[in-house]
Amino acid sequence: MSLDAVLLSRLPFVWVVALHILLPAFTVGLAAYIAVLEGLHLTTARAVYLRLSKFWLKVFAVSFGMGVVSGIVMPFQFGTNWSRFSEATADISGPLMAYEGLTAFFLEAGFLGVLLFGRARVPPWVHFFAALMVAVGTLFSTFWILALNSWMQTPTGYSVADGRFLPEDWFAVIFNPSFPYRLTHTAVAFFITTALVVAGVASYHLRADRFREEGTIMLKMAFGLLTLLVPLQMLLGDLHGLNTRDHQPAKLAAMEANWETQGRMPLLLFALPDESAEANRFEVAIPALGSVILTHDADGVVKGLKEWKPEDRPPVAIPFFSFRLMVGIGLAMLALTLCSWWVWARGELDRSRWFHKLCEIASPLGFVAVIAGWVTTEVGRQPWTVYGLLRTKDSVTPSLTGSGVLASLIVYIVAYVVIFGIGGFFMVRFLRVGPIDQAPDAGRRIQGTPARPMSAVEVE
Amino acid sequence: MALDIVPLWAGILALAVFMYVLLDGFVLGVGILSPFAPDDASRDQMMDSVAPIWDGNQTWLVMGGIALLAAFPMAFAIIIPAVYFPILFMLIGLLYRGVAFEFRHMSTRKHFWNWSFHAGSLIATFAQGIVLGTYVQGIPVEGRHFSGGSFEWATPFAVLTGLGLIAGYGLLGACWLVMKTEGELQNWARGKARLLALGVAAFIAMVSVWTPLIQPQIQRRWFAWPNLLLLSPVPVITLALFVWLLRALKSGREATPFLLALGLFGMCYLGLGISILPMIVPYSVTLWAAASSPKSQAFLMIGTLFLLPIIVAYTGWSYWVFRGKVRAGEGYH
Repeated sequence: MSLDAVLLSRLPFVWVVALHILLPAFTVGLAAYIAVLEGLHLTTARAVYLRLSKFWLKVFAVSFGMGVVSGIVMPFQFGTNWSRFSEATADISGPLMAYEGLTAFFLEAGFLGVLLFGRARVPPWVHFFAALMVAVGTLFSTFWILALNSWMQTPTGYSVADGRFLPEDWFAVIFNPSFPYRLTHTAVAFFITTALVVAGVASYHLRADRFREEGTIMLKMAFGLLTLLVPLQMLLGDLHGLNTRDHQPAKLAAMEANWETQGRMPLLLFALPDESAEANRFEVAIPALGSVILTHDADGVVKGLKEWKPEDRPPVAIPFFSFRLMVGIGLAMLALTLCSWWVWARGELDRSRWFHKLCEIASPLGFVAVIAGWVTTEVGRQPWTVYGLLRTKDSVTPSLTGSGVLASLIVYIVAYVVIFGIGGFFMVRFLRVGPIDQAPDAGRRIQGTPARPMSAVEVE
Repeated sequence: MALDIVPLWAGILALAVFMYVLLDGFVLGVGILSPFAPDDASRDQMMDSVAPIWDGNQTWLVMGGIALLAAFPMAFAIIIPAVYFPILFMLIGLLYRGVAFEFRHMSTRKHFWNWSFHAGSLIATFAQGIVLGTYVQGIPVEGRHFSGGSFEWATPFAVLTGLGLIAGYGLLGACWLVMKTEGELQNWARGKARLLALGVAAFIAMVSVWTPLIQPQIQRRWFAWPNLLLLSPVPVITLALFVWLLRALKSGREATPFLLALGLFGMCYLGLGISILPMIVPYSVTLWAAASSPKSQAFLMIGTLFLLPIIVAYTGWSYWVFRGKVRAGEGYH
């Protein structure tokens, strides 16, 4: 059996990106949360904010470190496995990624050291400023990488010469049609993911009757944010869907497993799409609701997959199910947020056991939704890397051999399973310990003397 | 007429790669030296000395890779596939090096992560040396693509540069520790630095003799008249720096050895540039042939000229915050 270098090159990339995306999904929101906590501590001087900030800072350090080291892998994979894509798009993708590095990576890295280790070495407001810069850096990073991702989905502002994409209008390249929707939808998803984790950790400790002050503050902050963001996210998702309908109709048809161009399109609650038969089995559908959602009109016509030649269609089953998973989780988040209003209004936010249990169960849901949404949009982009213009199979490195890629895939899988497995284990264990105030002799012992705790008095 | 900014881009790319080599060089060097540390407490101190800055230092690698992609995409698309496996192992090495900084404090098996820190540093360094060797010995190109096999890099010369870089980063790491530590650990680092300096000198000599033998272009560049005279300061200064370094280590200077080690790397880097330029893929693709479109280069140049000084400023500031000797037990853990 010969090994297919195209498929095999996709697998390491999928593997590496899927695991990597979990970390920004968490750290973008967490960086902002830490900056808020630092700011609150600076202005109110309440010790609880400092305890919370120190606690989450430690979690941030671990997840951010994992995010950085796993993030370095990807630009190099562009070269090792996707050299033709890299060369064809570099005139556009290169500057966008470089701006991510210049505006985001250096900012994060430059201020992270001060944020983690500098509390005793700089004035409090400088330390807060460092927290702010790290948070801003993560958002800049999100901006640029999604600009590039969106350009691959809905390319504008380019010309083509000798098989290379050349920039014509940078504003059009960056603010391409899907970018505003993808950026806001993704950034909000990241904040929601963090809020759910914070709520879950708070609930875990409240249920065990620990850290009541911290837990209550965390729950209030998390659900205050979720109250704002979950409904907003649904609106953004709807707008994003309409944008996909206009600019990537084949992707939308796959997400809905809609084979025929039709008005009064039903909304499929469940189906098993069969690509060879160009039909679905076991459909459970609500008549006309698909058209209502997608065109905001019951008679609105939605394009079906048969409009495109089979070789130009994305896979159907994967985006169909991943999209449903994402939307389902969104509805569950809305339900949880509604529950929080009920519990909060009754004044039981810090003692409602069933609600705390729900929050604990819901804490990883943001990650699942982010991965599901990412799968939907990237598989839905197939068979293209640059939508409608450059095929995935024409993007791989020509010198690759199947066995070489297989060997590297195995190395990546083993290396990442170990690191993410252990890193995840450490973080969960640490979160379960909770925001304890470190006693003076709790630090590491060095040369027989107690390690000094970090405190405001320890100034040179 | 559009201004030709290709040389400027070559300069920025060279700067980014050089910054990476210097800055992560000493962090990787600390990792290479870590298992030989006198005791566990010194090992903690060694890691504490680089913990606040390693992430920023490593960022220059990302920047170098992306600057290559953005400014010279054809070179990116040829060079990176040519060193597929060295890059893979470098990345895995950096992965295990990087997570060790946090994991060792959270784990009950601290020794495992100490070894992860060491082995990751060692593998990443050796892989980078292999990449350097593969680059210097020349990369086969057909049309716009790399035309060699998966193991083009597996040559004795590349192994030599790999080992040479281990000694080189080790030297940087040891000199860093001389500057940042005191007492017994500093003495230990000074001894290691002296040993590694001798090793580095041997590797520089071997590579300098071997390279002209495998590449006629390099031989012509260095030994044809009048280049022989014009370029003679390069080996002379290198030798002088080396002698000065040994004396500085002997006389107990603290910051000077580190600066001199950086200077040695600078001279080697200069020598590499003299050998290769104006090629970016040795020895067939020039900077101009590999360059991206003027519009891409110009768009990125505007931001770079504006942002690079700011980056250097706040990076410098964060070094300033952590200036002086590393303090025992400092950290947020």
